[in-house]
Amino acid sequence: MTGLALLAAINFHTLLFLLFAGLACGFAVGVVLADNVVRMALYLVLSLGATAGLFFLAGAEFIGAMQLMIYVGGTLVLLVFGVMLTAQAPFVSIKTSTGDRVLAGIVAASLLALLLQAAFSVDAWRRPALGEVAQPSATPLGMALLGARVDDPAAGAPAAQARSGYLLPFEIVSVHLLVVLVGAAYLARAKRRRTPRAIEVAASVVEPRAARGAATGSASALVGGGSR
Amino acid sequence: MTFGIDACVTPVFAAGLLDGAVSVTHYLVVGAILFTAGIVCMAVKRNALGVLMGIELVLNGANVNFVAFASPYLRGENAVSLGLDGQVIALFVILLAAAEAAVALAITLNFYNNHSTVDIDRADDLKG
Repeated sequence: MTGLALLAAINFHTLLFLLFAGLACGFAVGVVLADNVVRMALYLVLSLGATAGLFFLAGAEFIGAMQLMIYVGGTLVLLVFGVMLTAQAPFVSIKTSTGDRVLAGIVAASLLALLLQAAFSVDAWRRPALGEVAQPSATPLGMALLGARVDDPAAGAPAAQARSGYLLPFEIVSVHLLVVLVGAAYLARAKRRRTPRAIEVAASVVEPRAARGAATGSASALVGGGSR
Repeated sequence: MTFGIDACVTPVFAAGLLDGAVSVTHYLVVGAILFTAGIVCMAVKRNALGVLMGIELVLNGANVNFVAFASPYLRGENAVSLGLDGQVIALFVILLAAAEAAVALAITLNFYNNHSTVDIDRADDLKG
């Protein structure tokens, strides 16, 4: 087998699949094994990016693009901001105890064995359809979100069994996103210093020392309870 | 030299690794590994953001399975693929994961503001 014959024998779809699958799985395991939270965020970005490559290879190019734009470009940037906002020195790497690691390894091995057994159990899933050419899926997806299906119905299906569109789920998701963004902005808002009302100002003028002492006491109790 | 390349490449071809076609099972294996990594990440990490990353991995593993079953040319001849349904579900999962990450991050930052830590073992205020 010379070099050219070797090149011709390689199925490049399979080669790229193996490349992206190895990257995705390897970096996912890296997320688990890393202790440093900044490294975990980096590995997660790389793992999700490689998964977008897998989506492209499966013929779902619109999903792959959305994975890159929303997940890698949006959600993970949010996570990285969270990491940066909380990355004080003691919290960058919080160690897990060895007993927990061993338990987690056992659980992971059994869960993986179960899932792999399920994946290999159906024979029809192991036979790829050769010679199929994937159709572009962006237009059918967009039309389906508008409520009209332009993709081919199931072969030989009568018109009564035509698949329905996704206008209602699309609307529900959009309202859900709006509610979630308002809620997130409400939860994460900066604590505004409350302007004292006139009666409180008068009270603090009457007993400034007592009020300040009580405030300091409760604050130190809070800190003590928090740091333990 | 050709012999040397041949000797190390032939076992790979014999295993059907490089000249075989990709099927749904390949994608299911990837999804299973991502899912397991996410579950372990959620269970083991003590940093709240690490738990969030585990959730993202779990959702992504489910997405891989949806896209694989939706793909028309990973399935065998007689199998009916999910078609567009799988891709739409994957899209919704991505969007809802973005929403979930926003709320969870807001809660984490609130916790950090109140307790000055992101260690979830310290989030035991509700313990009786």
